[in-house]
Amino acid sequence: MSDAEIAVRDLTIRYGQHVALKGASFEVRPHEIFGIIGPANSGKTSFLKVLNRMDTFTAGMHFEGQVEVGGRDVRAWRNLYALRRQIGVVFPLPVGLPLSVYDNVAFAPRLAGVRAKADLNVIVEGCLRRAALWDEVKDRLNALGSLLSGGQQQRLTIARALSQKPRILLLDEFSIAVDPVTTMRIEAVLSELKAEMTIVLVTNLVQQARRLADRTAFFLMGECVTVAPTEQFFLRDADLDPRARDYVEGRFG
Amino acid sequence: MFEATDLNRRDARTQRLVRALFLLMTVLLAAPVLLILGVLLVKGGTMLSWDFLFTEPTNGMTAGGVLPALVGTVWLVAIALLASVPVGVAAAVYLSEYAPDNVLTRVINLAIINLAGVPSIVHALFGLGAFVIFFGFGTSILAASLTLAIMTLPVVIVATREALQAVPHAFREACWNMGATRWQTIWRVVLPNAVSGILTGVILEVSRTAGETAPIMFTGAAFFLPFLPASVFDQTMAMSLHLFVIATQVPDVPEALPYGVALVLIGMVLAMNALSIGLRTWLRQKKKW
Ligand SMILES: Nc1ncnc2c1ncn2[C@@H]1O[C@H](COP(=O)(O)OP(=O)(O)OP(=O)(O)O)[C@@H](O)[C@H]1O
Ligand SMILES: [Mg+2]
Repeated sequence: MSDAEIAVRDLTIRYGQHVALKGASFEVRPHEIFGIIGPANSGKTSFLKVLNRMDTFTAGMHFEGQVEVGGRDVRAWRNLYALRRQIGVVFPLPVGLPLSVYDNVAFAPRLAGVRAKADLNVIVEGCLRRAALWDEVKDRLNALGSLLSGGQQQRLTIARALSQKPRILLLDEFSIAVDPVTTMRIEAVLSELKAEMTIVLVTNLVQQARRLADRTAFFLMGECVTVAPTEQFFLRDADLDPRARDYVEGRFG
Repeated sequence: MFEATDLNRRDARTQRLVRALFLLMTVLLAAPVLLILGVLLVKGGTMLSWDFLFTEPTNGMTAGGVLPALVGTVWLVAIALLASVPVGVAAAVYLSEYAPDNVLTRVINLAIINLAGVPSIVHALFGLGAFVIFFGFGTSILAASLTLAIMTLPVVIVATREALQAVPHAFREACWNMGATRWQTIWRVVLPNAVSGILTGVILEVSRTAGETAPIMFTGAAFFLPFLPASVFDQTMAMSLHLFVIATQVPDVPEALPYGVALVLIGMVLAMNALSIGLRTWLRQKKKW
């Protein structure tokens, strides 16, 4: 148990009376890419929200059970800001902050106390490069982040998440607004990033999970049906829950 | 094939009619404003001169200029703003960014709305009781300004709160997700994007503060005081009260004089508004989303 980066036991998530996830238990190991697939409404995003305690500002959201991040119960953190600074998140709808591109990426480092211009420059360039955005914005770092194109804003969000030097990176359908070529470039970066952090990748693209994820969980209607090494989902003779196989082979969802 | 049907044509006609009607309303709205300005200019325009602005009233206020009243109004407005803007903005930030949605918050919101509906003469009596007598400021610029500040507080609070709420919630969540505290989020992202809306509130407040007569009558404005205030504990003349006095209380005032005073008062308000609007436009150009 203790060597898991994220340990989930009997996690149930509710919005008011509505149950979004019930009794999920699984582990995410350090330095793996952990994929989560499943049809809409299955509780994938809700799970990510628990990890950095977004329930504290989501109306009606509650959870029961235990969720440990780095061996520590997320509810035991008295300083949630410290928890959130270790977790980078990218949600499907990109939000460029109404600051310059530069300030968007420098936001988290500044929160972390980095003041020297030279240090910030290095971080900003590095993160933008990794997010495959540098070439497009290097001449207009002072342009407003909120006025970039949708796909650019998405990559800006990724750069921002990376600028936190997170221990865990949560990606929720990050490629929804990004073109396929750029998606491939980002995927390549993600594979490298594994060395530095643990990545949880929620995706609607089964093939993306196949390309990237070491292990994958299949969520269905608020239930964590299966957690298995990703290739198992694609082996004909593997011992796989039939619902997961149907989903992966496109027979529903 | 691509031809307008009868229905299309009728829709277009309705659209033109509605547009014309609303245009008419707008023009009707502008008419009184232009009329007031026109009458003031015709009847009082001859009074305007540097001497009028920069000399004191003489001959029992039937001649001379408006300097003490002009300076007094600037003092009153400035101190009222100084008192009410920080308090109002802080209250609005609390109500919109921090306050949980509970009974206390609702009571406070209700109080603010009601404060906006209190007639100014009631504010005047409150100011007399609270600032002049209880706090012992005497009839003074300070007491009058604070009375004005209380009266205009709801304007600042409501405008600021609306400006804050116009900043998309997603920005806040993005900041919180990076581990920013509420205050860091407010300071770095929310407030900078709400400034132009807050300024709108301040503009409204300036106009109202400069023009009010009742609240300052008992609390700090003097009937006739032909020299400039030396401190905030002095009484002062004020444009609005001065206008009231020479228009109704002083015999044998030349007809043009009250119009001239009114023109200066309106000119002051317009000048201050123009300044704020310019500032706001400049800020809007940097609008961020
Ligand atoms: N803020 C909220 N308030 C109330 N109910 C919510 C909220 N967010 C999600 N839900 C509900 O929780 C359930 C799970 O939603 P969730 O967003 O976790 O699904 P998902 O698996 O991420 O779906 P998708 O693939 O469409 O993103 C849904 O029934 C949804 O209606
Ligand atoms: Mg989702």
